[in-house]
Amino acid sequence: MTETTSAFGSSRVKRGLADMMKGGVIMDVVTAEQARIAEDAGAVAVMALERVPADIRSQGGVARMSDPDLIDSIIAEVSIPVMAKARIGHFVEAQILQALNVDYIDESEVLSPADYVNHIDKWNFTVPFVCGATNLGEALRRINEGAAMIRSKGEAGTGDVSEAMKHIRTIKGEVARLSALSKDELYVAAKELQAPYELVAEIAATGKLPVVLFVAGGVATPADAALMMQMGADGVFVGSGIFKSGNPQARANAIVKAVTFYDDPSVIASVSRGLGEAMVGINVSDLPAPHRLSERGW
Amino acid sequence: MVLRNLGAEVELIRRPEELARISGLVIPGGESSVMDKLARAFGLAEPLAGAVRSGLPVYGTCAGLIMLADTVIDGIQGQQTIGGFDIAVRRNAFGSQTLSFETDLDVPVLGEPLVHAVFIRAPVVESVGPRTRALATLPDGRCVAVEQGNLLGTSFHPEITGEHRFHAYFLQKVAAAGYRR
Repeated sequence: MTETTSAFGSSRVKRGLADMMKGGVIMDVVTAEQARIAEDAGAVAVMALERVPADIRSQGGVARMSDPDLIDSIIAEVSIPVMAKARIGHFVEAQILQALNVDYIDESEVLSPADYVNHIDKWNFTVPFVCGATNLGEALRRINEGAAMIRSKGEAGTGDVSEAMKHIRTIKGEVARLSALSKDELYVAAKELQAPYELVAEIAATGKLPVVLFVAGGVATPADAALMMQMGADGVFVGSGIFKSGNPQARANAIVKAVTFYDDPSVIASVSRGLGEAMVGINVSDLPAPHRLSERGW
Repeated sequence: MVLRNLGAEVELIRRPEELARISGLVIPGGESSVMDKLARAFGLAEPLAGAVRSGLPVYGTCAGLIMLADTVIDGIQGQQTIGGFDIAVRRNAFGSQTLSFETDLDVPVLGEPLVHAVFIRAPVVESVGPRTRALATLPDGRCVAVEQGNLLGTSFHPEITGEHRFHAYFLQKVAAAGYRR
């Protein structure tokens, strides 16, 4: 008998699941029925939540982790990975989600933060975490806390993709800048990024983030999704954009295809036809500052 | 990446006409249900199944293994596969992500040392037909690596740990097959 060593919840296992989602679309769903539509459309995972960001935005109030019954019903409905959101810093919500056997936790600014100083210590968990970031320093702080996947924090629930664009351009630009620095400049770069030196040095050497980078926030059309992929995203989260649109099934199908063939305008054009109404958008520039979710997280 | 390091030229295949350019194919990890859906939507599934029947060497890891199985258990409704392997594969056989794991695995055909294998919401080969040969099993006896002619399949991801012997083994099959291109 050969002696074997098994490990659960290692970084490789956590980051590996995100790797398997590359090139895919993760969709927000609020019912088991929507989860079924998402799986049938070819989503690589679903995000189970009680209200999509557009409704959280319009209804206001404190937004919290979803009801365990809702999460259970969605896990029971689909066979693809199920993600769920915990409030920033709310490690007990995260413990609950892990106990519910979700496949990924999103420590999300879309919910009301529970801690305005600290994020969850994600190393304490077997389940992997995805976290939002607006820039490289924020991404590296989250990775240092144990995040196994990063997404941009485009303004959720608006249908306006401009913030997501800003974040991915910023992150990509900062990664490129690090690769161009000489070794002795990395110490100051780490200080300026407010990120651990070891991660900064790793990125300077490899020229890329050590985890998968998705884009989230404001993606509403196949063209938006393909735009993010051409910008170098590894995949796309679509929140309110699908189930707040006129024909969710057709739009979900179309966005999946547009992400797969993001570099082929003729495919994107053909899948963009006949989708019905897109979600009603809000321009981020019209949002008063306190209502901008991307400013949550530190 | 592993294949490039082993000296192979690598191309991404998404369209049926691109199949004419290759002498071997790797179907990687991902969601098998999504791969199936897109492969059928873009007309890749049929030509690929034909290529497998005519001897194209294919290595499937995780979801790729599911795509190569003649039978899939616990697939989504209507899920189909390319087929080729005389096996039944149970999709997502270990449970949720918290039960994903890495472990050392004895693979006799690759010799020493043990293969460090990463299983991510992985499938297992539940029954192995007479034409297929099991290459590795977990301590509990469940089969996680198989070969059959020019086909190779693993439930796990050797590439994540920098393990290259499965890919090298596959490239030997590709070289030996001399599939037209």
